[in-house]
Amino acid sequence: MTPILQVGGLTKRYGRHIGCLDVGFRLFPGEVMGVVGESGSGKSTLLSCLAGLLTPDAGEVIFDTRAEGPRDTLTMSDPERRMLGRTDWAFVHQNPRDGLRMRVSAGGNVGERLMAVGAKRYGTIRSAAEDWLSRVEIDVSRIDDRPAAFSGGMQQRLQIARNLVSGPRLVFMDEPTGGLDVSVQARLLDLLRGLVRRMGLSAIVVTHDLAVVRLLADRIMVMKDGRVVETGLADQVLDDPQHAYTQLLVSSVLQV
Amino acid sequence: MTGYNFAYLDEQTKRMIRRAILKGVAIPGYQVPFASREMPMPYGWGTGGVQVSAAVLTPDDRFKVIDQGSDDTTNAVSIRKFFQKVTDVETTERTCAATVIQTRHRIPETPLTEDQILVYQVPIPEPLRFLEPRETETRKMHALEEYGLMHVKLYEDIARNGAISTAYAYPVQVHDRYMMDPSPIPKFDNPKLESPAIQLFGAGREQRIYAVPPYTQVVSLDFEDYPFDPSKAERPCALCGATDSYLDEVITDDRGGCMFVCSDTDYCAERRGEAA
Repeated sequence: MTPILQVGGLTKRYGRHIGCLDVGFRLFPGEVMGVVGESGSGKSTLLSCLAGLLTPDAGEVIFDTRAEGPRDTLTMSDPERRMLGRTDWAFVHQNPRDGLRMRVSAGGNVGERLMAVGAKRYGTIRSAAEDWLSRVEIDVSRIDDRPAAFSGGMQQRLQIARNLVSGPRLVFMDEPTGGLDVSVQARLLDLLRGLVRRMGLSAIVVTHDLAVVRLLADRIMVMKDGRVVETGLADQVLDDPQHAYTQLLVSSVLQV
Repeated sequence: MTGYNFAYLDEQTKRMIRRAILKGVAIPGYQVPFASREMPMPYGWGTGGVQVSAAVLTPDDRFKVIDQGSDDTTNAVSIRKFFQKVTDVETTERTCAATVIQTRHRIPETPLTEDQILVYQVPIPEPLRFLEPRETETRKMHALEEYGLMHVKLYEDIARNGAISTAYAYPVQVHDRYMMDPSPIPKFDNPKLESPAIQLFGAGREQRIYAVPPYTQVVSLDFEDYPFDPSKAERPCALCGATDSYLDEVITDDRGGCMFVCSDTDYCAERRGEAA
């Protein structure tokens, strides 16, 4: 099977500081990978490099495109990469304000990607937006409300709808449950797990919350100081951590 | 006119503006940056249009200025006087007699010809501005022809008001390429953007010039199920009876009385046989 994403030797430096160093992995279709580590460990830098938001200093990011098979996204032209960003990729930001247009209604937010790829029929866009709002458990009667009137959890769900409406194959998530209270987190995770499984999405989830990767991820990559220190199946890494830092991370979780 | 160079600006500045105009004509709808000068009037009064007019005027031209269709409002009168003072060119209020027409917020009703130049005053040249505030990003969107966002604005209109309620500065796509703000003309005027005359747009504060060359395709954006509608008040002009011109609502008393009259005063006067 061709991996949907194949990364090798990915390095990003911020002057003398290391963002991430020599990161490599393969992600297969339908697989969810969790990237965990403490703040400043380079996991968000890694995600931005993968999604084309940052340009890495070295390495390759080979994505299995629909039309032409595996291609290095770093050597692609800007238009091609941005096209991927609107169609085959989705990026869920930690703060919904970064991923939503706050002055545009919920329906407009969901419809934007459709219009970006040339949908010219209001009725079609409207019904797709309604469909997706109900899929992420937002009351359809709120379709014309602005995201500013939504709660944090709803904003995050709206952001997910907005990203998944174009039927992407690879989703990047940066702390998707950050800043939400635990019951809202649980509901969001439940929803995400359902969507990922039903749509057969591949996803890379960056988080510092081990519970999130426990629920969502098939595989885990542990990062510290810009380097990958441990990888493995989710259960394996969480239940039998090998690296000292992973052991510390796992044992740091509070038990209630 | 002593003490001023012809048309106020120095020759080097006019050359610089003419270069920007030529580039604008060569790339229809593309916003060409230019080094906008301080003019002896405040920003928002048409400093962009004035600079473009100054760069295209020759001593043989006949100049007309309209503001919201009218020749006798403050803005139009001031700019006309300004050019009378610094160029000595002939001025006129008749559309068909003018060779250069500077306009704010209207296109004249009388069809323009190949011998005429229409100069627009533009407050905000970037059609994507209110959707995407970052200039770096809007430039990229123009470069890559990513115009989906423009439809989001129309979507919002329909979602809120049941119809595309944008009534002026209605976005257009020029020559199948650049998204353009036609300046705040009513959408009734949008079909007239496909014209035999050269149309030049000047934004002084924003330092941009763009152009629509003669006979260039200009398409107003819409949805398949909500087509573009160049609407106007559904009645004839109360003075000249014209049914094909854009009307202004004029309040006549404080008891709700009003009348609808042609916004283009020259067109109205000509129809009534009172041409100035």
